[in-house]
Amino acid sequence: MMGGGGVGGGLLENANPLIYERSGERPVTAGEEDEQVPDSIDAREIFDLIRSINDPEHPLTLEELNVVEQVRVQVSDPESTVAVAFTPTIPHCSMATLIGLSIKVKLLRSLPQRFKMDVHITPGTHASEHAVNKQLADKERVAAALENTHLLEVVNQCLSARS
Amino acid sequence: MQTREEELKGLGADFTFGFIQVMDGEKDPRNLLVAFRIVHDLISRDYSLGPFVEELFEVTSCYFPIDFTPPPNDPHGIQREDLILSLRAVLASTPRFAEFLLPLLIEKVDSEILSAKLDSLQTLNACCAGYGQKELKDFLPSLWSSIRREVFQTASERVEAEGLAALHSLTACLSRSVLRADAEDLLDSFLSNILQDCRHHLCEPDMKLVWPSAKLLQAAAGASARAYDHITSNVLPLLLEQFHKHSQSNQRRTILEMILGFLKLQQKWSYEDKDQRPLSGFKDQLCSLVFMALTDPSTQLQLVGIRTLTVLGAQPDLLSSGDLELAVGHLYRLSFLEEDSQSCRVAALEASGTLATLYPVAFSSYLVPKLAEELHIGESDLTRGDGPTKCSRHLCCMQALSAVSTHPSIVKETLPLLLQHLWQVNKGNMVAQSSEVIAVCQSLQQVAEKCQQDLESCWYFHQTAIPCLLALAVQASMPEKEPSVLRKVLLEDDVLAAMVSVIGTATTHLSPELAAQSVACIVPLFLDGNVSFLPENSFPSRFQPFQDGPSGQRRLVALLMAFVCSLPRNVEIPQLNQLMRELLELSCCQSCPFSSTAAAKCFAGLLNKHPAGQQLDEFLQLAGDKMEAGLGSGPYRSQAFTLLLWVTKALVLRYHPLSSCLTARLMGLLSDPELGPAAADGFSLLMSDCTDVLTRAGHAEVRIMFRQRFFTDNVPTLVQGFHAAPQDVKPNYLKGLSHVLNRLPKPVLLPELPTLLSLLLEALSCPDSVVQLSTLSCLQPLLLEAPQVMSLHVDTLVTKFLNLSSSPSMAVRIAALQCMHALTRLPTPVLLPYKPQVIRALAKPLDDKKRLVRKEAVSARGEWFLLGSPGS
Repeated sequence: MMGGGGVGGGLLENANPLIYERSGERPVTAGEEDEQVPDSIDAREIFDLIRSINDPEHPLTLEELNVVEQVRVQVSDPESTVAVAFTPTIPHCSMATLIGLSIKVKLLRSLPQRFKMDVHITPGTHASEHAVNKQLADKERVAAALENTHLLEVVNQCLSARS
Repeated sequence: MQTREEELKGLGADFTFGFIQVMDGEKDPRNLLVAFRIVHDLISRDYSLGPFVEELFEVTSCYFPIDFTPPPNDPHGIQREDLILSLRAVLASTPRFAEFLLPLLIEKVDSEILSAKLDSLQTLNACCAGYGQKELKDFLPSLWSSIRREVFQTASERVEAEGLAALHSLTACLSRSVLRADAEDLLDSFLSNILQDCRHHLCEPDMKLVWPSAKLLQAAAGASARAYDHITSNVLPLLLEQFHKHSQSNQRRTILEMILGFLKLQQKWSYEDKDQRPLSGFKDQLCSLVFMALTDPSTQLQLVGIRTLTVLGAQPDLLSSGDLELAVGHLYRLSFLEEDSQSCRVAALEASGTLATLYPVAFSSYLVPKLAEELHIGESDLTRGDGPTKCSRHLCCMQALSAVSTHPSIVKETLPLLLQHLWQVNKGNMVAQSSEVIAVCQSLQQVAEKCQQDLESCWYFHQTAIPCLLALAVQASMPEKEPSVLRKVLLEDDVLAAMVSVIGTATTHLSPELAAQSVACIVPLFLDGNVSFLPENSFPSRFQPFQDGPSGQRRLVALLMAFVCSLPRNVEIPQLNQLMRELLELSCCQSCPFSSTAAAKCFAGLLNKHPAGQQLDEFLQLAGDKMEAGLGSGPYRSQAFTLLLWVTKALVLRYHPLSSCLTARLMGLLSDPELGPAAADGFSLLMSDCTDVLTRAGHAEVRIMFRQRFFTDNVPTLVQGFHAAPQDVKPNYLKGLSHVLNRLPKPVLLPELPTLLSLLLEALSCPDSVVQLSTLSCLQPLLLEAPQVMSLHVDTLVTKFLNLSSSPSMAVRIAALQCMHALTRLPTPVLLPYKPQVIRALAKPLDDKKRLVRKEAVSARGEWFLLGSPGS
């Protein structure tokens, strides 16, 4: 089973993390407003999907904590593939699986079905990188995790728009 | 208690004790509200509490924090908020409760429950109004550590805001108390505590706690002048040092933003003595830091630098003239920034405007001459090939000139420069493009807006700019042997429209006497061709816009419209009768739609302001005859229709009795094969606000409820007409209706919804994408605001929205998906049966070829996933 982690109450693992600037809204180009021109799905579009995901323990987004970055998003629209690497704030972060799961769920809900997606930890940034990656790649475990009400609740909180 | 106060007080503390016994154990919220009020009276009217202070506190405070949810359909209407406020009034009413209340508040702030935290912090805030140092003394360390924890660690912005507010009042309370000479000053030690806990976080501009720390310090510093001195004398040197220690732009920005926060607080206190001001000592350092920020490559840092400069400039007598010269130099440079740092340029212009009101001399001696020179470079030097750069530099120059025209003395320098530039364009000394002329007009317009507040500048502007603009336009409209392209630029639609708004803006704020002077020149110019008041008025032939002169002259009626339709209502217009007849004649003239529309608008604008009476009826009669003759059949049907539209609007706005008759005429035209679509769009014009005529700013008679009234009077007829109309013209009715609904304030629309909804739902199936779009944009706010009503139709709504989400029009797809998103506001149980179907259907637009559509699909689908799911 995936590790849930204690959310709310208790001490934070990393109470004073580094924070990064949020990138602004993507400016709308003339091409995007033109009915005829098709816009392909690019790295920025994928990044826009995941950058506003809330961190499970801070009132900050994954972008502000630099957990996700646009350069770590690889996408090919014609081949229908997406790869996202994320970087936990500290190497022992117990939230890593949960963050990965949130990213994965967000992409599952937001991308066309034709896409094959791969969410993994940026190589060398987490103690149990391999185990987490394996959990995230296993479709059945992801599905089972989302059957768990408590886990689904935390994931939904991460994906809810900030009030 | 109201009538027998003396007697009750005579009972002494026994009365209080008796009351405590009665109140003990009360549960009904209605009784509690009364009981709380009685306790408040006991305290505020000074009844004897005797030894029962603690008992009285216990019997009330046991309800804190209030946790009460009124039952649904509660007939008594008591809200949780009522109880909270009345209990808070009791608890905060006397310092005698302090020793019992403060520990309770600290305990509740430390609890896990959000509402208890909020209530406690707010109550603490209320208490500080009545407390002094004595009451707070023993609890300060715990209060501070609780507040600090909440601000450092909270996930809720409200708790943070309340924590900061409580700290602010605590500090204010400590600053207020008068001290005995030998007592320890609690304020100093309290502030030292805060500084000690927050200082080191300020040195880590990348870390999460930097802002909470800065906010805590600013909340305390904002409480009193003493607190401000104490904190800034510690923090400012630290921040100045940190700025130099960190070299990355984003770190510097954070530090400068904190400095800015502290500087802004200074404006709250006025200091008698210049040397006492805490900032004077840091002035040089602050200036050099700001100038460093202004030259930094990072736009973000520059922006904060500009804001800081504005705040520094607002401190009286802080900046020396040398500082100002440097500052103006920077602002000049920033006013010419390239395309990609627009935000910075705009901020620099705005800062120039603000500072120019304070230091007009510095700006007119350092900035205006430089701008003038820059503007001349392009005028004299045609041959240089760098057209586009020159143009954009001119544009920047003109925008800078208009931005600094915030002081009357500066206007006297900038306005002639702009007008002179316009003359140069007209004289053909340079390649004239309509965009350049429009840019000058936009700058003039901005100057005019800035002059409106000051009567003298307003008249100066009017008197200087308007004859000049009219002279240029008249000159351009003269018949020529060889038509020159350059001059005709001034007669283009866009250029005239730009001039119209300058003239309008320069006229609305005139005093009636001055306006009368002006109208006595301008009306004869148009009616009799009297050009004597124009500068450089030796024209080759006569100016006769209402005669059969060259068509260019007729177009200038738009300028006349701008002027006469912006006059105050009590200014008498000479030769009005003749003017109205000429306008009416021109409005149905077929040669040029621009001038006939201008004439119709001008006629309507004057009609709207004319006092009721015989003359008005005559004008209306004339207009009615003209329109009927035109609408019947013949060459000028569409001109007559335009006239009808504008006259209707003029009358609808002022609730004239004839307006219903004209509206009915307009509705009749909806089924006209030729004019039907135009009539449908006409409803949009009737309901919207114009910019040039019939505006409130231009003193038109606009009743505030005219949209509601129009709606009530006409929608039933529209709906009837729709049902009776043949199939091929039904869309016209729907379109007209959509326009009316779209512009209506939503609160007015809500009660009417049940009757209209079926029609709107039908409109969703209408093939016209304008109707679809307008209906969707009408339904979207209704989904948000009236979910109960809408949930009756959920089945239809889901089906139609999903259908429209694959419409060929991108705008319709976006609007349909926004409605799908708004649907999630309906009660969840209503939606759940549709959830699987919707989630499946929304997978398709996720793969739309347009990104903007995908974006809406993503957010709609995301919300549908959360419906009824845990954690949402």
